[in-house]
Amino acid sequence: MAANPMTQFEVYRIGPEIKIGVFDISFTNASLFMVLSSLAILIIFNIGSKKNSMLPNKIQLLAELSYSFVAKMISDTAGSKAKPYFAFIFSLFMFVLFCNMFGMIPYTFTVTSHIIVTFVLASFIFISVTIIGFIKHGFGYLKLFVPSGVPVVLLPLIVIIEIISYLSRPISLSVRLFANMMAGHTMMKVFGGFVISLGIVGGWLPLSFSVALTGLEILVAFLQAYVFAILTCIYLNDALNLHH
Amino acid sequence: MIKKIFFQSIFFNFFFLKEVFAAESGGMPQLNPEFWVSQIFWLTLTFGILYVVLSKLILPKISVNLELRKSQIQENIEAAESQRENSESKLKEYDEIISKSKLEAKNIFKEAREKALKTINSKRETLDKQIDEEIKKAEQEISILKKGAPEKINKIAIETSSELVKKLIGTDVNNSSLSAIVDDLSKKNRNKYYDN
Repeated sequence: MAANPMTQFEVYRIGPEIKIGVFDISFTNASLFMVLSSLAILIIFNIGSKKNSMLPNKIQLLAELSYSFVAKMISDTAGSKAKPYFAFIFSLFMFVLFCNMFGMIPYTFTVTSHIIVTFVLASFIFISVTIIGFIKHGFGYLKLFVPSGVPVVLLPLIVIIEIISYLSRPISLSVRLFANMMAGHTMMKVFGGFVISLGIVGGWLPLSFSVALTGLEILVAFLQAYVFAILTCIYLNDALNLHH
Repeated sequence: MIKKIFFQSIFFNFFFLKEVFAAESGGMPQLNPEFWVSQIFWLTLTFGILYVVLSKLILPKISVNLELRKSQIQENIEAAESQRENSESKLKEYDEIISKSKLEAKNIFKEAREKALKTINSKRETLDKQIDEEIKKAEQEISILKKGAPEKINKIAIETSSELVKKLIGTDVNNSSLSAIVDDLSKKNRNKYYDN
């Protein structure tokens, strides 16, 4: 019997148990990969920004291309007012991207395949965007729930729908990333298990599937990080430029 | 206990994959809250450090690098542009100088030709005048000679005829009678020889 495809998502303690009060904040494999991803980002971008040559080398080019990529994404979706939040969205995008990509290496742990991680990120974004909206527009931010050009008869219904869709933002944002990551990795594990159980005779078909899935999953890893960042930009845009 | 697992499986089955619950251990590790606090803590810590370092140290540097390169490229482009304009204006100046000098050369050539023509004309005129004068003089001399010619001829005729008469006859002949005869003859023959 193949290994349980869900065991790859298990979190276990590395090193001693650390407790603050009743809370267990031990260093786990999830923490390890969070630290690794952050370190990788910091190292790559530190090398990439160290010296400024007229003809950038590969790492510098990588850093500068990702910088302008995120900058363009933000200015396209949220306009020039979102510039102060550039660093946050950049770190968010890079963090999610590197966590997803680290998860693609065999025997590693995917940080973003845990609902709690994505939910904390998403709710942080949701709360900050709401606070920014109220600071920028005061109670006028509530106009977000009242779209213009809607017949008065339909207005109560529309407002309720808008409020529900607004409140479900953190859930949809977090579940999208988490479910994509988990489903992809589970699928890869299942196909890998098929390769073992079908053996040398029949294992080639699931193996080829597995190879194809790996490519797909790398694409998904990038795409989900991009979607996560761009949705953050869109929410930010709602808070900064109230169009309704 | 069994009831709880059953309800859990139904609830999560609705959300997620079937394989999860086919396995013997059951449930998703993601929904085990044992390490939630740890994950939240480490996420906040690592992401916080990442954000602070990126926003304070690394991103400003990249932005400065990009700006510097952009401005340098812009400067280079502007310098090239100005040099191009410069060379174009120089080329224009050069063309102007050439066309000007061509015009000047033409003018000088024209002037020289006119001058030469003028001097030639004036010289020719003076020459023509001189020639005319000389011709007139000659004509006058000729006419004077013409007028004097018959008298001289008459004189010579008279002298020779008196000499001839002396030698033939041996006596002097009156000059006046001879001259009268010569005059008479010359008057007769004038129309013959001087009828112009």
